[in-house]
Amino acid sequence: MKKLFLLAFALCLSAVQTAQASPPKDTLVMAFKIDDIISLDPAEIFELSGAEYAANAYDRLIKYNVDHVSEIYPGIAQTWEISDDGLTYVFKIRKGVIFASGNTLSADDVVFSLRRVILLDKSPAFILARFGFTPDNVEKTITKVDDYTVKIVVDKAYAPTFLLYCLTSTAGSVVDKKEVMAHEQDGDLGYGWLRTGYAGSGPYTLRTWKASEIMMLDANKHYWGDAPKLKRIIIRHITESSSQRMLLEKGDIDMARNLTADDLKSLENNTEITLQKRAKGKVYYLGLNQKNQYLKIPEVRQALKYLIDYKGMEQTILNGQATLHQAFLPKGFPGALEETPFSLDIEKAKTLLKKAGLGNGFSVTMDTRNFEPLTSMALSIQSTFAKAGIKLEIIPGDGKQTLTKYRARRHDIYIGDWGPDYMDPHTNANAFAHNPDNADDAKSRSLAWRNAWDIPEMTQKADAALLERDTARRARMYLDLQREHQQCSPFVIMFQKIEVVAEKANVNHFILGPNFDSNFYQYITK
Amino acid sequence: MTKQALKQPVRILVMLSTTFLGLLLITFLIGRVVPIDPVLAVVGDKALPQVYEKARIAMGLDLPLWKQFFIYISNVLTGDFGTSVLTANPVIDDILRVFPATFELAITATVIGVLAGIPLGIFSAVKRDSFLDHVTRVIGLFGYSLPIFWLGLMGLMFFYARLDLLPGPGRVDVFYEGIVTPVTGFLTLDSMIAGEWEIFRNAVYHLILPASLLGYYSMAYLSRMTRSFMIEQLGQEYILTARVKGVKEWKVIWGHALGNCAIPLITVIALGFGTLLEGSVLTETVFAWPGLGLYLTNSLLNADMNAVLGCTIVVGAIFLGVNLFSDFLYKIMDPRAR
Repeated sequence: MKKLFLLAFALCLSAVQTAQASPPKDTLVMAFKIDDIISLDPAEIFELSGAEYAANAYDRLIKYNVDHVSEIYPGIAQTWEISDDGLTYVFKIRKGVIFASGNTLSADDVVFSLRRVILLDKSPAFILARFGFTPDNVEKTITKVDDYTVKIVVDKAYAPTFLLYCLTSTAGSVVDKKEVMAHEQDGDLGYGWLRTGYAGSGPYTLRTWKASEIMMLDANKHYWGDAPKLKRIIIRHITESSSQRMLLEKGDIDMARNLTADDLKSLENNTEITLQKRAKGKVYYLGLNQKNQYLKIPEVRQALKYLIDYKGMEQTILNGQATLHQAFLPKGFPGALEETPFSLDIEKAKTLLKKAGLGNGFSVTMDTRNFEPLTSMALSIQSTFAKAGIKLEIIPGDGKQTLTKYRARRHDIYIGDWGPDYMDPHTNANAFAHNPDNADDAKSRSLAWRNAWDIPEMTQKADAALLERDTARRARMYLDLQREHQQCSPFVIMFQKIEVVAEKANVNHFILGPNFDSNFYQYITK
Repeated sequence: MTKQALKQPVRILVMLSTTFLGLLLITFLIGRVVPIDPVLAVVGDKALPQVYEKARIAMGLDLPLWKQFFIYISNVLTGDFGTSVLTANPVIDDILRVFPATFELAITATVIGVLAGIPLGIFSAVKRDSFLDHVTRVIGLFGYSLPIFWLGLMGLMFFYARLDLLPGPGRVDVFYEGIVTPVTGFLTLDSMIAGEWEIFRNAVYHLILPASLLGYYSMAYLSRMTRSFMIEQLGQEYILTARVKGVKEWKVIWGHALGNCAIPLITVIALGFGTLLEGSVLTETVFAWPGLGLYLTNSLLNADMNAVLGCTIVVGAIFLGVNLFSDFLYKIMDPRAR
């Protein structure tokens, strides 16, 4: 009997030893929260992980240097010319690009892809629609000249880089017209199929996708640029930070993407794991609703900017996941302002509040998403506000819930983050410093509108910067705009996000860009 | 057939449909009354007003509430639960896809719970106030009061991270994913059918920890229930009679007493099984187990209302079904109910 037990035990052990398998040499496995993806169609993708997928599975007309964003370089468009009046752009299309389907990429595909964004009119359509394209005029404004030439006519003489940067975003991805149209149903331009399908020419092709479970990408054999180093990328949806960390420590995955500050800290001294950090375009800010009787007083807005413990938060709560930043254009953007005039100064804040006739403070609420680091930041802000007599009530809520309230302008203070939509400075100027109509039923609803900040003059300045065609002068205009904005706006901009990726020490060359649509797998080795 | 015999199914049917309708109405109202804008789930935060408006109309949210409900009910009655925003699939397809994972886990857990819980309960009833009884009580209390996600994390930390005995989160190792074509949806069965023994073994290993945890939880509850049922039965006069007649003690306990506990126990087991089927939300999250619970959580967090409503209907149906089933068993096993 005893022998039998021993035998069984030994059998179990031997079985267990082979139960462990680490990822094969040519495959990268990463844990990544991908439940934000609602579509795989580049004309609809607008979420972080979706944008990263598009960056690796599709080619875009134009690319930019992830380390020096002001350097634009050719993607599918090999060269381009802009007419003297600034209205016509002619792109020469790269020859010899083959889609994963085997079809050859030509001007037809480019025209189709861009028109499709406008015709489908999904969330990211505005990035291109801003240039005056409508479903009625795309036939005339976006046209094919010959098989490898595309002409685009815009409605105003914008700063030339504006269109180019917009074409570097996901909306500028080129889809395989033949493949997509083969799956068209009831005139949907293949949308029903491409939402979960694939028709691209990027370094990696889609192999499997199960929403909120797994995504597998295979190297594209036809890829025209540098061949991808790894054969396969497997992205596994894992929500829990601690589970991600455990899998990484055990070597079952090569990379963990969503670790919290606590988990990252415990990995700092692990020699088998390296942490790669990259400043992202996202900024953390407070939005002060100007419909609130206290928050609309200029001295109060100013005082609140002195009541944030920027340094303390950066060193403790954020611990390497964000860096101090106080202007609406993040570092890395053309025209970014890096001055940080505000720091925690309670006396100064008190004086300002006294001037506003609120020496005894006041009560105000703050809608806060149940999400780290926002919740911890909210607590810190609550304690520093209290030192000047301001009673801050934190209203916790789920993401969509606080957002619904914010969009309806029913908040007092909103703590949140904001990421740019494309790499041109106008993206954030438009959000933070542009509000052509402050009415409740306005058509254009920027962040400035959400906070009911009526700024006809600043709106004009933002528009002027958009039309300035001299790049150096344009950057100066944005610097001036931000300096003014920094002092008077109802936005307390505090930090810029840093993305931290924990990877096995043998994993190298994962290119992290300033945005999720510029994170590239192509050169990863292990 | 007599009138009486006809009446019974009709009564059950009426009861079922009213419960169902009530369930639908309440979930629907909660879904519409919560201060969350479901259009945001479709178009995101940054869509232009006209895109937003188009999506709102497409979702039928511009109609009066009663009309929306009416449309929803008539769709559900024809088997159309709508499309999930998150996966772009019909909700019913999604549920059919994720449900087997939960079912597989629930069956394994229930088997573990029954096999361990009932004998433990019987032992502690027979050896009342003995050392064994106290130990069982402590084990039971632990299982019943410790939060399951904590136990899950500790289990992973211990058996996976430290001891290397069991695999980490997930239903199978990531490179085995998507190799076996689903037939039953049970990964263990499917891999057996496909003859993929490596995957079968891997899937079983992955099942051990989450199933044991859930099994421990149901064991804790079952052993307590069994104990009290048994104590009650053992105090009855027929037990004394049997003993006096010289029936062997094991037969008295396992035959006479347990036989009479069977009916209430079945109800307890069935309801526990029902609870496991609705998706053990926390366990599935910790173990990245792609079942109904994880699907429901993801949908909830993303304001994917069609999916949430669809899951609610399924969970409601399961509970009603399990209740009916245990009623039915009662009828068969209890001579008085015949």
